[in-house]
Amino acid sequence: MNKNPLSFQLNLNPEDFLPASDEEKQSQVVMRESVSFWKDGMRRLRKNKVAMVSLVIIILVMILSFIVPSFYPYNYKDQIKGANNLKPMQYSAQELERIEAGEKVFPHIFGTDKMGRDYAIRVMMGSRISLLVGLIATGIILIIGSVYGSIAAFFGGWVDLVMMRIVDIIYTVPDILLIVLLSFALKAPLAALVNVPGFGWVKTVGENLISIFVVFALLYWVGMARMVRSQVLMLKESEYVTAARALGVSSGKIIRKHLLTNCIGTLIVTTTLQIPSSIFTESFLSFLGMGVAVPLPSLGSLASDAINGMNTNPHLLFVPAILISLIILSFNLLGDGLRDAFDPKLKN
Amino acid sequence: MAKYIVKRILLAIVTIWAVATLTFFLMNMVPGGPFLSEKAISPQATAALEAKYGLDKPMGQRYLTYMADALHGDFGDSLKQRGRTVMDIIKMKFPVSAKVGGVSVLVSLLLGIPLGCLAALKRGKTLDSIISVVATCGIAVPSFVICTVLMYFFGVKLKLLPTMGLTSLKHYVMPVMALSFYPTAYIMRLMRSSMLDVLGQDYMRTAKAKGVHGFKILFKHALRNAILPVITYVGPMLAYTVTGSFVVEKIFTIPGLGGEFIGAIQGRDYTLIMGTTIFLATLIIIMNVVVDICYKIVDPRIKLK
Repeated sequence: MNKNPLSFQLNLNPEDFLPASDEEKQSQVVMRESVSFWKDGMRRLRKNKVAMVSLVIIILVMILSFIVPSFYPYNYKDQIKGANNLKPMQYSAQELERIEAGEKVFPHIFGTDKMGRDYAIRVMMGSRISLLVGLIATGIILIIGSVYGSIAAFFGGWVDLVMMRIVDIIYTVPDILLIVLLSFALKAPLAALVNVPGFGWVKTVGENLISIFVVFALLYWVGMARMVRSQVLMLKESEYVTAARALGVSSGKIIRKHLLTNCIGTLIVTTTLQIPSSIFTESFLSFLGMGVAVPLPSLGSLASDAINGMNTNPHLLFVPAILISLIILSFNLLGDGLRDAFDPKLKN
Repeated sequence: MAKYIVKRILLAIVTIWAVATLTFFLMNMVPGGPFLSEKAISPQATAALEAKYGLDKPMGQRYLTYMADALHGDFGDSLKQRGRTVMDIIKMKFPVSAKVGGVSVLVSLLLGIPLGCLAALKRGKTLDSIISVVATCGIAVPSFVICTVLMYFFGVKLKLLPTMGLTSLKHYVMPVMALSFYPTAYIMRLMRSSMLDVLGQDYMRTAKAKGVHGFKILFKHALRNAILPVITYVGPMLAYTVTGSFVVEKIFTIPGLGGEFIGAIQGRDYTLIMGTTIFLATLIIIMNVVVDICYKIVDPRIKLK
């Protein structure tokens, strides 16, 4: 066909209209995988050297306190005869004799305490208790705080007013008063619970420890609740919440599926920062003599026991004191890193 | 403003009442009592003591009596320290704690605010990193660790400072250092972050462009806007610090209100517990109102309602 030189008509071939081959289709696909919230946050976290070092320290401390004691040659409550108040790496007279006889004796890395117990294993057990308190108490606080805060914010109005006034009151009562009174109040019921079949574990965990969990859970959720409330107040105005409500989703499901999942960043950050504060409070309680029961050690009780012998055996004081500061510091730095990674808006 | 203050005071009264009620019932429901630990006392004497202080009456009746007395300003006699009223004890112990606490709050403000500002102004420089590291460590170390470390080095090893009591100026050094460590670190962090926030604002650039003098920018424009979070923190912190820290008072043997309070709780001195709790709650609530009014003074844009 003759073509008019002025026409815009194209020269088309029938081949141009064939279906594309798989190879050609591939070139149209967007190559980069979509980055999810988690991946994005983790990538930013991995770049943060301080936070990664803190994470490594936390994992090391966890290995030391949860795994190492199970095969460590000494036990935290065994009193070794004649080995009282040994300096670090020192052996008792009997142990020296055994070494003479060709036996191998594991050194007391941090010496022993005045009862002749190996101090290294006591410190490990102490940090186990402190970490357990930090983690479990924070878990309970997370649950109560987020549920309470989101309910208060979601329903608003007088519900919010009443619920937040309760928070204010708990905030105003000196916490040490509540801690002491509650732990006294819990002593009898917990002791009775030991004899109930199925609750034998109460004895193994220790009644004091459980009462610490309960007391922390009852007291310290208020901060978490305030944090979650402020987030939910903002989020509940979002269009997707209105849409969900228009579709007839129940309030409980909106809170669980839409609101709490969207403040996950705040939740992670507040939780990580709550852990050191729980450890802090437990060590303070142990220091007052209201923490875990003997012979179970916690870092706080180890430090407070060592204060009296500070002049002769300062290492007994410094080892737990440094360890507890290190744990709290690492959790704080990790929390800061998580905040920067997952919730840059909160960085203030 | 006046309407706001009246509203806040009414709300404060309700909160104090709620705190008092909660404490009263919680304290009385917990098993044990003030006269149980004294073994030498016969049952008759215990009964007589309980009758004397009205502890034999039902809880509801005791609550009403206590509240009526408290409204008249009578907080009762201490159950454990014979012949002293709760008011006497608070009047005697509070000034001791308040002096140490007040000085330490002052120290932490005087150190924390300038250092925080400095870190923000020198952002990313070595000075900033040093200040940030110190601040983070300061938040991570529990107060009893600081107390004992100070005690060990200054008191025991170097023998520079006295370790007990509060009789001379030198005695204040260690308790004040121990008490102001955490707040200083916290204020530094708060100040640094809010200062960074303010330094990035448009009005700072405008002020600079208009040729406002360096110091004037810093104090009039930046500091005034950046100090709000610090005020929020310092208000309640002041209330807690002046009423005494138990750990510091125990380690340095200071006869203050903090130690008295823990002693009262452990010994179930009901009237003393109530008295100190109401005192502390009132102080905290007053500080919160003061903080709100300070807000209004520092930043007139804030509307109180």
